[in-house]
Amino acid sequence: MKSWTPWTDTELSRRSFGRLLAAAAGTAAVAGCAPRGAGAPSASTPLRVAAINHVWTHAMLERVEELEEQIGRRVSVQMLTADQLSNSYNVKLNASATDIDVMMVRPLQDQLLFARNGWMADLTGDVADADFAWDDFQDAPRDRSVTRGKVFSVPVVTERPALYYRKDLVADLGGPPATLEEMREQALEIAGANPGVFGFVARGQRNGAVSQWSSFLYSYGGDFTDDAGRSGIGTPEAVAAYEYYGGLLNEVGPPGVTNMSLEQAMPIFAQGKAAFYVDADAIYSNFLDPDISTVQDTVGFAPFPAGPAGSRPHNIPSWSLGVSAFSRLRDDAWAFVRWAAGPDMVKDLQADGIPGARSSAWDDPSTLAAFPEELAQTMSVNAANGIGHDRPEVIQVGRARDIVGQPLVAAIVGQDVAAAAAAADAEFADFLVRDNRHQEF
Amino acid sequence: MSVTTSGTLGRAPVADPAPASRRPAGRRRRAGSFAGENRRLKWLMLSPALGFVGLLIVFPLVFTLNLSLTDAFGAVNAGSQHVGLLNFGDALTDTRRFWPAVGRTVGFTVGAVVLETVLGLALAVLLRRPFRGMRVVRTVLMVPLLATPVAVGILWLLILDPTNGIANHLLGYLGVPPQEFLGSVRQSLPVLMLIDVWQWTPMMTLLFLAGLSTLPEEPEEAARVDGAGVWQRFWFVILPMLAPTLITALVLRAVDALKTFDILYATKGPGGGSDFEVETLNVYAYGLTFDYQEYGLAAAVLVLFTIFIVGVVALLRRGSGKESA
Repeated sequence: MKSWTPWTDTELSRRSFGRLLAAAAGTAAVAGCAPRGAGAPSASTPLRVAAINHVWTHAMLERVEELEEQIGRRVSVQMLTADQLSNSYNVKLNASATDIDVMMVRPLQDQLLFARNGWMADLTGDVADADFAWDDFQDAPRDRSVTRGKVFSVPVVTERPALYYRKDLVADLGGPPATLEEMREQALEIAGANPGVFGFVARGQRNGAVSQWSSFLYSYGGDFTDDAGRSGIGTPEAVAAYEYYGGLLNEVGPPGVTNMSLEQAMPIFAQGKAAFYVDADAIYSNFLDPDISTVQDTVGFAPFPAGPAGSRPHNIPSWSLGVSAFSRLRDDAWAFVRWAAGPDMVKDLQADGIPGARSSAWDDPSTLAAFPEELAQTMSVNAANGIGHDRPEVIQVGRARDIVGQPLVAAIVGQDVAAAAAAADAEFADFLVRDNRHQEF
Repeated sequence: MSVTTSGTLGRAPVADPAPASRRPAGRRRRAGSFAGENRRLKWLMLSPALGFVGLLIVFPLVFTLNLSLTDAFGAVNAGSQHVGLLNFGDALTDTRRFWPAVGRTVGFTVGAVVLETVLGLALAVLLRRPFRGMRVVRTVLMVPLLATPVAVGILWLLILDPTNGIANHLLGYLGVPPQEFLGSVRQSLPVLMLIDVWQWTPMMTLLFLAGLSTLPEEPEEAARVDGAGVWQRFWFVILPMLAPTLITALVLRAVDALKTFDILYATKGPGGGSDFEVETLNVYAYGLTFDYQEYGLAAAVLVLFTIFIVGVVALLRRGSGKESA
């Protein structure tokens, strides 16, 4: 009769032990040495799109069945916030993951770094397709899609700053301001005459405010760098722009503005607590939504006011589509980009209120019918005057924005702006030298 | 009782009644071979756990340590060069970001843990004796503990919003001028410390209640009979007996507080605010990794942070040892 024998009484010869260990090690080695993503993906493998949670993505989801029929493959879209999306790319693409095919990227924030890292596929040959009409894209967004002579992304959403204002508050002051100086005067006057109403609200976070401040910088005649690539944030023009933006927020802005990004600043204007608000034109619908806005009847839209150097807002591709260099569905991924950024789709989306980057769409008045008339004019004017970047064009954009934003914070909290700008200028100059070394790829 | 060979792995030598000398030569084993075989079996049984530890704990530690000695930037897989201890030198001489972050990490931890310990102990002593509605009170106390830190952060962001938040609205009734709270460079860290206290004091209360429930009642009764007052009984009788629980709670909470990240990031965003006002070591390392892609320097900061945490734990455990002795 057999009986149970405890494991502790079990013999394991040295040879058996060695065999087991060898087998385990061999299995692990074979698994580890297997080529990554080996074998062709099956027909059931979905095309994976990593995207921002944005009105553009929702519009795509409504239309995506059409593409699924074309390519004979399911499309799986993962929507994340901007920061989550960047982190997702950093984690997955650092591991050469194959589970991202189409990448929604911020070309001004990510593209240079991602291209350097070898994470984005070269689309130069793909965009040459005559039907795709690459030349139809506006110059500024198209230029930002090209790195080292190669096209790495295709712009799908563009953005400019708009001046949002309270019509009821500026009616007696001669209408919306045409210049920055007029805006300051009106903001001070309105704040003085209307307790509880802030004259001006805008982003105030060190890093987050830089992109909106860029239009003030350009309109004062400055830029982040000069033609030789040296720091431009210590110039008199930059200091004047710092003093204007931060000073106005300091004088007539809401409390706690240094902790405000879009999510905090926008509700203040939507609740009718500010006279002027400068931010992206893409967010206009928030002020027309009666569920979250009390200013849907009083909100006005105006082009970016002129500074000493004129009205020079940014006009940037806020979101673009690229293809992961590790994608195993390279052709289908490009089919998605071609479909989503094609001339017909861009017109279709723009007619639904999502501003694209194609000149043909902007030239067609019917595509602007979805926007309030005043805003449509504002967008057209700003697009014509627009500069194609809203942040330093470097690899380490995050660190650059942290440096550039410091004098802004100093201005908002009432510190010595010139001294802060000088310190930031020196730090930015050092940073640019280091960043330049990384650009050798 | 019959003893048979076991399963498929080999034979059971212990219960074999036959003397070793009568076995066939091929099966004869040397003295002590049982111990050797048994040891191999133990290693086989342990190997999944060891593999797990090696893969998920040792490998990341070694990888991070190796990364900290390189100039890895942009992409970990893009190739990098070993630069020795340069990253550690850069971090330790950085008086603009690193050392202030160390100061904030220590300040936040000490401030929050001390308050949580004092309040948690006070609440535990109050809740020690049964009273009417005790369950309701205990349940309500646990609510902050159940919320996720990000939800807590958003909740307090809304309450403390300088313009639209209810906190300034209520302060207005008391004649207190509006405060900037999390929008202020100076107020942010203390406010976040208080939010941490609000969330984690219940955990300390729970731990202390568990500790108090195990204490014998006789010493306190004896002290009461001898005329000791409430404070004297607490200070000279209860607290010394509760010391092991107190130290354990301190270690657990201190380590957790040192690593606080989510609520800081949820309320102040990248970089710990516009003037880096709540940038602790954890937030700094995160920024170096995900905002700046400076993986080598980030790894060095994390190695230093790990050494720091291990040091704190060792210090607290040493204190615990002395206390026990």
